[in-house]
Amino acid sequence: MDNLISIITFTPAIGALILAVFLRGDDAAAQRNAKWLALAATTATFLISIFLIAGFDPADTGFQFTESHDWIMGLKYRVGVDGISILFVMLTTFLMPLTIAACWDVTHRVKEYMIAFLMLETLMIGVFVALDLVLFYLFFEAGLIPMFLIIGIWGGKDRIYASFKFFLYTFLGSVLMLVAMIAMYVDAGTTDIAALLNHNFASETFPVLGIQVVGGMQTLLWLAFFASFAVKMPMWPVHTWLPDAHVQAPTAGSVILAAVLLKMGGYGFLRFSLPMFPVASDLLAPLVFWMSAIAVVYTSLVAIAQSDMKKLIAYSSVAHMGYVTMGIFTANQQGIDGAIFQMISHGFISGALFLCVGVIYDRMHTREIDAYGGLVNRMPAYALVFLFFTMANVGLPGTSGFIGEFLTIMGIFQVNTWVAFFAATGVILSAAYALWLYRRVVWGALIKGSLKTITDMTARERAIFAPLVAMTLLLGVYPSLVTDIIGPSVGALITDYHAAIPADAGTQLASH
Amino acid sequence: METIILFAPLVGAILCGFGWKYIGEKPAQILTTALVFLSALLSWVIFLTFDGGTQQIMLFRWVDSGTLGAEWGIRLDRMTAIMLVVVNSVSALVHLYSFGYMAHDENWSEDEPYRARFFAYLSFFTFAMLMLVTSDNLIQMFFGWEGVGVASYLLIGFYWKKQSASAAAMKAFIVNRVGDFGFLLGIAALYFLTDSVRLDEIFAQAPALAEQNITFLWTDWNAANLIGVLLFIGAMGKSAQLFLHTWLPDAMEGPTPVSALIHAATMVTAGVFLVSRMSPLYEVAPEAKLMIVYIGGFTAFFAATVGLVQNDIKRVIAYSTCSQLGYMFVAAGVGVYSVAMFHLFTHAFFKAMLFLGAGSVIHATHHEQDMRNYGGLRKKIPLTFWAMMIGTLAITGVGIPLTHIGFAGFISKDAVIESAYAGGPAIIFWLLVLGALMTSFYSWRLMFMTFYGESRAHGHHNGHGHDDHHHEPHESPRVMLIPLAVLALGAVFAGMLWYGPFFGSGRQVLDWFAGSISMTAMVESHGAEKLVLDAAHYVPKWVKVAPFVAMLLGLGLAWFMYIRRPDLPGKIAAEQKPLYDFLLNKWYFDELYDAIFVRPAKWLGAALWKRGDGNVIDGTINGLAMGIVPFFTRLAGRMQSGYVFHYAFAMVLGIVVLVTWMTLAYSGH
Repeated sequence: MDNLISIITFTPAIGALILAVFLRGDDAAAQRNAKWLALAATTATFLISIFLIAGFDPADTGFQFTESHDWIMGLKYRVGVDGISILFVMLTTFLMPLTIAACWDVTHRVKEYMIAFLMLETLMIGVFVALDLVLFYLFFEAGLIPMFLIIGIWGGKDRIYASFKFFLYTFLGSVLMLVAMIAMYVDAGTTDIAALLNHNFASETFPVLGIQVVGGMQTLLWLAFFASFAVKMPMWPVHTWLPDAHVQAPTAGSVILAAVLLKMGGYGFLRFSLPMFPVASDLLAPLVFWMSAIAVVYTSLVAIAQSDMKKLIAYSSVAHMGYVTMGIFTANQQGIDGAIFQMISHGFISGALFLCVGVIYDRMHTREIDAYGGLVNRMPAYALVFLFFTMANVGLPGTSGFIGEFLTIMGIFQVNTWVAFFAATGVILSAAYALWLYRRVVWGALIKGSLKTITDMTARERAIFAPLVAMTLLLGVYPSLVTDIIGPSVGALITDYHAAIPADAGTQLASH
Repeated sequence: METIILFAPLVGAILCGFGWKYIGEKPAQILTTALVFLSALLSWVIFLTFDGGTQQIMLFRWVDSGTLGAEWGIRLDRMTAIMLVVVNSVSALVHLYSFGYMAHDENWSEDEPYRARFFAYLSFFTFAMLMLVTSDNLIQMFFGWEGVGVASYLLIGFYWKKQSASAAAMKAFIVNRVGDFGFLLGIAALYFLTDSVRLDEIFAQAPALAEQNITFLWTDWNAANLIGVLLFIGAMGKSAQLFLHTWLPDAMEGPTPVSALIHAATMVTAGVFLVSRMSPLYEVAPEAKLMIVYIGGFTAFFAATVGLVQNDIKRVIAYSTCSQLGYMFVAAGVGVYSVAMFHLFTHAFFKAMLFLGAGSVIHATHHEQDMRNYGGLRKKIPLTFWAMMIGTLAITGVGIPLTHIGFAGFISKDAVIESAYAGGPAIIFWLLVLGALMTSFYSWRLMFMTFYGESRAHGHHNGHGHDDHHHEPHESPRVMLIPLAVLALGAVFAGMLWYGPFFGSGRQVLDWFAGSISMTAMVESHGAEKLVLDAAHYVPKWVKVAPFVAMLLGLGLAWFMYIRRPDLPGKIAAEQKPLYDFLLNKWYFDELYDAIFVRPAKWLGAALWKRGDGNVIDGTINGLAMGIVPFFTRLAGRMQSGYVFHYAFAMVLGIVVLVTWMTLAYSGH
């Protein structure tokens, strides 16, 4: 199949189109049809994507399944995957059917809701497969619009404020990234990402407005991309949009936001910052390390203070993304393997945790921790699932959460023991906020009158959690499923990276 | 066979935990118990027939990233063989005992199934503990390490309706995580320097580590010592050593069989196991070893002082455990790992026995745990009394001085104390002897308050509200007494039977351990360089008799205060109130930690959130935005349809600019 990637990318969009054109009415039957169609489209996408992973050759570190077509105005449509991007595609296609199933009880403008999610899937996959700057930019930015609508239309009461904040944060970063992309085009004469990866951007120090910029053009480009990706991750201190967005987003929106959208920043670092601007990356890695270390400690402490379940999990996400960013810039195998692993794993775990909140939010319509307590007495299955993902979230060995955290700490220790020290405190702090949450919500006697009739998870809810539990366990017990695929590509990335750094300029010596 | 030992408990846990609804609660309990008994039986077969050669069984790949590789596997050597017997035997007996102990529980109503869950947790714990002791690399050990932590968390919090239980469970997990923090950094440092996490490869490079320096945080350290200390921090957490001990007494919130299995016999000894397992590393890390000696010695002393005044029967035994673990660490720290393992081995029997005996007392008195409400139980529950008596004789170290005849604790504890004299600082030796005196005192105090004198069950109610005190105490059922009898055998004979392999001559011990521990540290003794182990046999006679004398003193004192003059303890407590309160409140560690860690963390979290996120970050960005947004709004004209469209517009504008630029650039070529 020559167009496999395009088929995967646009199957959801076609589903959305069918919904938009053919589905009429807003009665119960139409709503049901919309959901089933969306579920079918996302499931089909997932099934097709299995061919992608089955046909992928990990040993080949170049782009595979590439497609290249002429597009409007002399632009090229180029897509393909390598070991770094393919798992993000798989993560997206795997999670989307579950997400659709998670919004089965929505009754407000169902058709539009489904269309938003289907478009979102196309755009998310597009980000990970795009091999052309313009195409990447298009997918990267356009992906925010459906997310925006999902929060803005189906969100909670303060959705306008959340949208406002989201807008402010992402806007500045995007503009800078756009400028950087234009500069890259001017310098390299192409927007082909594969070609840009082989292009050497100048790194000689030059003055800008009287300031000597060490690392020259690479530094400037790096910073411009950093502005965009750091907000997306999100990294401390530009993380404050995330808790608000999560709190206002509907459950399914939160799941996708945490599980996939946050990963675009990490993917961006791996696709652009590290390989294209190695000198600047090396120069600025300490900045990333310290921002990440602060993120781990700071947001974990903030998570302890939360009284809103979703906010707590959102802050925990920021802390976990701290491991990702520090892992990426260690530029050694364990660090980057760990970072990618952490992103994939966090996709399952944080998605599941937001679903856990969704389960009881659907029943009680509150996210206040104090409104709960003693759920285990009436919801034993829920207690078990929630415990499982709580433990995965604190990085219990045997779950996928451990592998990412562990590899990252192994990676960062080789580069900077101070940062490793602070990163490792996350082990303690995450246990503190996660178990305290669990204790307040699930354990205790069931004394609150409002909870006396709460019911355990339905068959549909169990069916949504089952694949997530399975993946979290599977990757925790046999992580080679992931590391075998990413390993060679990461290895090649590291080799090129270290080759590009002048020997005397190296601030980091990776010994492994 | 090793694979069956390892996975039988896991299979049991899964079938019981998820399948009891289909096969019934009772069959599920029987199934798990049978599987653990199978494991125990096979473990004994291995223990008794093992020839000493290290075997490695690889199951499948696990972590694999660059040069960092680790497999799921089983390492079978003498250390593993010892731990297999300890873990599986105690676990099997505790499973059996739990049939009786958990049969009725006033914490649950009739329609709440809890038994199968309890058994599933016990079996899961057993599996995790086996993973820990059979691991061939540090990552699998960490898996087991954390796995037992989860099992412990679930079992401490078993009575989740009680606030105290859920708080204790959380505390146990978090305090253990402080230890794990050190453990993780230790693994990272080891990997950084040796490029491996596999035990054999690390051991091969241990001598080189002693010569290396590593930059960690602010300064350079000797690599072996630094790694030794970091790993020991992990051990301190799991084995409840001083500063990280606060979780263990609270862990007594769990059902009593759990205290016997996890918080006395097996999990808490994992730290001792870790240090002994890593003996090739510690043998080249003298400063780390010295730290272990001091921490161990002071824990032994500290915990014993607190044990003197506790009134909750389980807490007394918990502090006793904490203290005995200190003894084991001292032995390991002076380089006599075989003796550390010896005390671990015998302690497992007599301490499990004491806990199960205490459970039997609690069961008999309808869940009364306050010893002030016991008294005179000797005649009412005679079998339990005798079991507790044997346990007490063992832990206090009763035997014939200067011979190798005595209860298990007599042999192994004296071995520890003699090793401490031979290879450690004098102060530690004296702390251990003093500890032996206090051990004897609090153990006999427990016996006297519980089984002797007049029953105090009726007069005192102390507002506990137990209205079932009018029930006469009754002897426990046979399923609870049989495990006690089996453990009694161990408590009596384990020391005498295995004296040679654990504490014989250096040659004999090293042969038996066959390379699974490394003992090379030498000391000057009688004009010659000897292994500490050998030197321990040549300590002066008064050193060998000292613990025995201490034991007699403790016994005499306890007898005087609790049998002869029962009015005395109250008077002393009143006269020495500050000291008494200090001990009763466990040296105020909990209050201290609450003041310097827990509350500041909560305060800091709230402050960072409100001030940091709210005022500083959002404030700055909003301020910035107020400048920028109007600028763009003016630029774009007045848009009425909200921010979504602003955003879309900006993006489209961006694309247009980009596309225009490129079209122009292309046409220029």
